[in-house]
Amino acid sequence: MTKRTEISVTVNGVAKSTEVDSRMLLVHFLRDEQGLTGTHIGCDTSQCGACTVLLNGEAVKSCTVLAVQADGGEITTVEGLGDMQNLHPIQQGFWEKHGLQCGFCTSGVMMASVGLLQQNPDPTEAEIREALEGVICRCTGYQFIVSAVQHAAKLLAESGSNAVDQGTVQVGEGS
Amino acid sequence: MIPSAFEYVRAASVEEAIRLLQESNGEGKLLAGGHSLVPLMKFRLTTPGKLVDISRISELRGVRKEGNRLVVGALTTHSQLASDPLVREHIPVLADAARQIGDLQVRNRGTVGGNIAHADPAADLPGVALALDALVELHGEDGQEVVEIDGFFLGPLITALPETSLVTSVSFAVPPEGTKSVYLKYPHPASGYAVVGVCAVAGTDPDGVVNYVRIGMNGVADVAYRATAAEQALLGQRATAENIREAAALAAEDGEIGSDLFASEEYRRHLSAVYTERALSQILL
Repeated sequence: MTKRTEISVTVNGVAKSTEVDSRMLLVHFLRDEQGLTGTHIGCDTSQCGACTVLLNGEAVKSCTVLAVQADGGEITTVEGLGDMQNLHPIQQGFWEKHGLQCGFCTSGVMMASVGLLQQNPDPTEAEIREALEGVICRCTGYQFIVSAVQHAAKLLAESGSNAVDQGTVQVGEGS
Repeated sequence: MIPSAFEYVRAASVEEAIRLLQESNGEGKLLAGGHSLVPLMKFRLTTPGKLVDISRISELRGVRKEGNRLVVGALTTHSQLASDPLVREHIPVLADAARQIGDLQVRNRGTVGGNIAHADPAADLPGVALALDALVELHGEDGQEVVEIDGFFLGPLITALPETSLVTSVSFAVPPEGTKSVYLKYPHPASGYAVVGVCAVAGTDPDGVVNYVRIGMNGVADVAYRATAAEQALLGQRATAENIREAAALAAEDGEIGSDLFASEEYRRHLSAVYTERALSQILL
């Protein structure tokens, strides 16, 4: 009986095939196996949302997804959004609207926001708050986060591009 | 937190899933979205030796209309349920309740079949399913079976589902014409689970007499239940504020109301009456 499983995933546009412990959580696969430590582990109980990544275009909590469940899927982490020379609109929004203080939750909040903007490019404030129910920020009181997402939506509308395609990596449609 | 080690296998069909469960000699658990099972495994509250992943059986996904019912495939996610055009058109209360489950990330992974089979008494769908006369379709070693939702939940996390069977779909009755429906909940402020959840479907005849009423309760008792006493008290009565208040006062009668650190039994009984009154008032007054 084998307790390891072969998986093939695309992480930030790069195809990976590897064998993992069947019980390995996606967040550990990303952090420990792929070195993508921008995805954080907060509560580890699917409440705080710090571990949020996109799986096939949808925001998911990677502490509650097994790496084997992501087999065949496309994963986008915060590292796949942009870099200092080429910030993604959501990163630009958080920068300009002070959407963070300590920054611990920020990667998860940004990934949840990108998931929202991909499905709903022009969300109302209420829709933004609803989409961010699954992320907890103890610093900002959320108001600046909402402003940051609104700003990002405006930037995306001006650039006329899709929330995910705007990043440094290209991610296909969710399945 | 890391689950204990297990063997992972993927089923390509319902039949294969049943066979894999049979071969696991009681060690196997079904994995769909994993949003009930994986948290339990991380806490080592359950330590299955084998996980049978059914999430790729595409025929178990999606919503279709059959007569006066919507048949929801077991692997349909809560996000899909909330946005499905058929659900929004024919049973809007079901879409509205789905939108109140967990949060966006949880709704993107959690499935309808998993939610019902997990039978968490504080989950939202069980009460809604009871108010919508849901039928649960099971497949097992003896073939297919359809069971009524009332009686499917036996205890906290315990159902009538046999060990080597799986839920393949849950069908919900389209409420009769002329009725209105609502799902109201008082969520736990941290977890979002229902401290009390009430789904009410009700309508009146042209004279204002209540001729149809279903009340499903979750969150307050050890299992989700139909508030039969409250239903009986209201049926055949005029839909007045006073009659609704009197019927709603009986909302806790049919459940084994629980106490925990957050809410005492007395508080839950109180909330049951208050939320049932609000729900019925909203649709009948």
